[in-house]
Amino acid sequence: MSNGALARRRFLALLGVSALALTAACGNGGDDDTAAGGDVTLEFSQWWEPELPEGSLRALMDEFEEQNPGITVELLSGPYASTKEQVVAGAAAGTMSDVVGLDGAWVSDFVKQGSIASLTDVMGEAGYDDSQLAAQIQIDGATYMIPVVNFVYPLLTNDQLLADAGIDAPPTNRTEFAEAASAVNDLGDDVSGWALPLSLEAPNGVQNDVMSWVWASGGSMLADGQPAVTNAEVTSATEYIAELWEAGVIAPGSFTMKEQDKVEEFTNGRVGMVISSLAHVNTLRESNPELEFSVSAIPAEDSYTGERGIPYASWGIGIAENSEHKAEAWKLVEFLMSESVNSELSSLANAFPGNTESVPDFVEGDPVFADAFEIYSSGYPENEFTGLPVAEELMRMFGEELQRTLNGDQSVDEGLEAAQARWSAEF
Amino acid sequence: MSKISTLPPAMLNPPAGPPVRRRRRGLQRRATPYLYLLPTIALMIMLMVVPIIMVSGYSVMDNVITNQNPQPVGLANYVEVLTDPVFRTAVGNTIYFTGVSVVAHLVLGLVFALLLNSPLVGGRTKALFRLVYVLPWLFTVAIIAVLWRLLLNPNGVVNYLLQAAGVIDANVEWLANPDTALHAVTFINIWAGYPFFMISLLAGLQGIPKELYEAARVDGASIVQQFRHVTLPQLKPIIISMALLDFIWTTQQFALIWMTTGGGPINVTEMLSTFTYKLAFSRYEFSLASASAVIILLMSMILAYFYVRHQKARD
Repeated sequence: MSNGALARRRFLALLGVSALALTAACGNGGDDDTAAGGDVTLEFSQWWEPELPEGSLRALMDEFEEQNPGITVELLSGPYASTKEQVVAGAAAGTMSDVVGLDGAWVSDFVKQGSIASLTDVMGEAGYDDSQLAAQIQIDGATYMIPVVNFVYPLLTNDQLLADAGIDAPPTNRTEFAEAASAVNDLGDDVSGWALPLSLEAPNGVQNDVMSWVWASGGSMLADGQPAVTNAEVTSATEYIAELWEAGVIAPGSFTMKEQDKVEEFTNGRVGMVISSLAHVNTLRESNPELEFSVSAIPAEDSYTGERGIPYASWGIGIAENSEHKAEAWKLVEFLMSESVNSELSSLANAFPGNTESVPDFVEGDPVFADAFEIYSSGYPENEFTGLPVAEELMRMFGEELQRTLNGDQSVDEGLEAAQARWSAEF
Repeated sequence: MSKISTLPPAMLNPPAGPPVRRRRRGLQRRATPYLYLLPTIALMIMLMVVPIIMVSGYSVMDNVITNQNPQPVGLANYVEVLTDPVFRTAVGNTIYFTGVSVVAHLVLGLVFALLLNSPLVGGRTKALFRLVYVLPWLFTVAIIAVLWRLLLNPNGVVNYLLQAAGVIDANVEWLANPDTALHAVTFINIWAGYPFFMISLLAGLQGIPKELYEAARVDGASIVQQFRHVTLPQLKPIIISMALLDFIWTTQQFALIWMTTGGGPINVTEMLSTFTYKLAFSRYEFSLASASAVIILLMSMILAYFYVRHQKARD
């Protein structure tokens, strides 16, 4: 081979390698989700699959594909936190999955971003009757998220610890709760009465473990959609928590405790009472089969006799604004919200259904869930953070001010005023 | 010279081809080195230059990503970030966290490297301790965070051992107490990072000629004097390089802080990295987050400048 030919070949090879590198750097932006035969592939990103029994969500998708020939569903699954980051990034890049699992706390921000579609419009085009939907998360009169299943957060009490402390029944009001917490705390051996997770990494403790006291007594942290955390109900609940803190009945490590830490402390019998999701019931049973516990409503103010709000978190669902297959995406949403599928999904997730007609099978066979269902039915699900702007940041701000208060850096009133000012700035 | 004279005449005087082909060949020859560089340049442009330019552009808009019609606001975001008291707290915490970590990494790394290089320790013992000392470096940040959260739990092993030894009377909330949290996360970072120094310094120690120590001993130098006048000067280039690199890396530590304390309690462990992350993914203030990121980039570039200058001086 001549020198010239060799040089030419080397030149061409380098050109090829460079082109490959450029292609690799540019990613696979040319993907098309419509197959040659006109079939549609829907991407469905969510954090549900890892939390459900293995293969169960895929089985539901297979059922959907059977009922809807020509539509294939590709599940993009990950943990909750990374799903959120992926959804934010996908929304920014216009590459959001067609169907997305949503948390109520994200909705306002995604609507502001214009990344999720109005389901009111999509339902209208499909001629869907929404009377079976238990709830719809709306912004400015339009629905953007539908809760598929709901996880309620009742009070879980360790029967053995309460019995050892001389408490016969789960507390029903704040005075009884304080007495029970104190009695359990007095058992010693590093056992505490209650766990209060206030980690700032995942600040949902503010929603589930702090504001739940307000909602249980029929209170609210909002007034006309604006922050009202200095009102009498929030002040009363915060003062109550501060009293429990002063009494030393709250498990140590509260300022960095996360939800899973709280569940672990309860599982190991180091905490007598926690406010926790029903989703954790199976985990509790598997981790500590000997643990006997009861489910009851979150204690209300002593004089309160009205209906109690019970905190809940949802696996919500929405459709991406950038989706080119909104009609097909809606078919998937409709399938998940149908009576039988919603019953099945809520049974799998140990959650309460988003369809008013659905009844999960665990309610009939399990006394703990039967109690929870009764609490759920006799009160009302409440989560005022749903649909608020930067909801997670609002929780973090309140958590920071509460930490300062409990640390003795400021009074309850000062803490609530500071939280009110910070929340108002975000609204 | 003689080589040239022995080349065949045909190669000494290549036949002149048509001018177009010659020009093309000359162009190819000149372009070849750049083509070799092209894959790297392309990747660097895509993965570094473009994001930096984009983020710098974002930082002067009123907000991006969540705002469909962003408008330029000049340096307002920089002013807002720089005047935010939490940012100043984050700068202070980052300086403490980084400074203490780098110094401790250096001291611990040097001590362990000296121990492993000592002729007094047998081969097998050295191998065992080398493995033990390097272990923290083998764990990923997530495992380190989970491990130390368990160890430093108020009901955890550390409190148990300290109580058993009579050092503390009651359980300490190492990560949850505002008075101890920053020290606790710094300690964890020190534990996780010293092996990198140790390995590098050990390699440096093994490269110091034995003759230098022999000469020092002949001159009557004590062990301490040998360390000060032989070991340290010989290790100085490695120490400076490592310290600068560690300083740059530690200022950007995010995962460890996020997974242990989330920047709390209150904001006592808030770092520049967690502050920026919260702006972006909690408040969705991507322009403010971009401004914060650009400020961090500028700070890192100052350190990088010293590192590059030092490397050039070495060369």
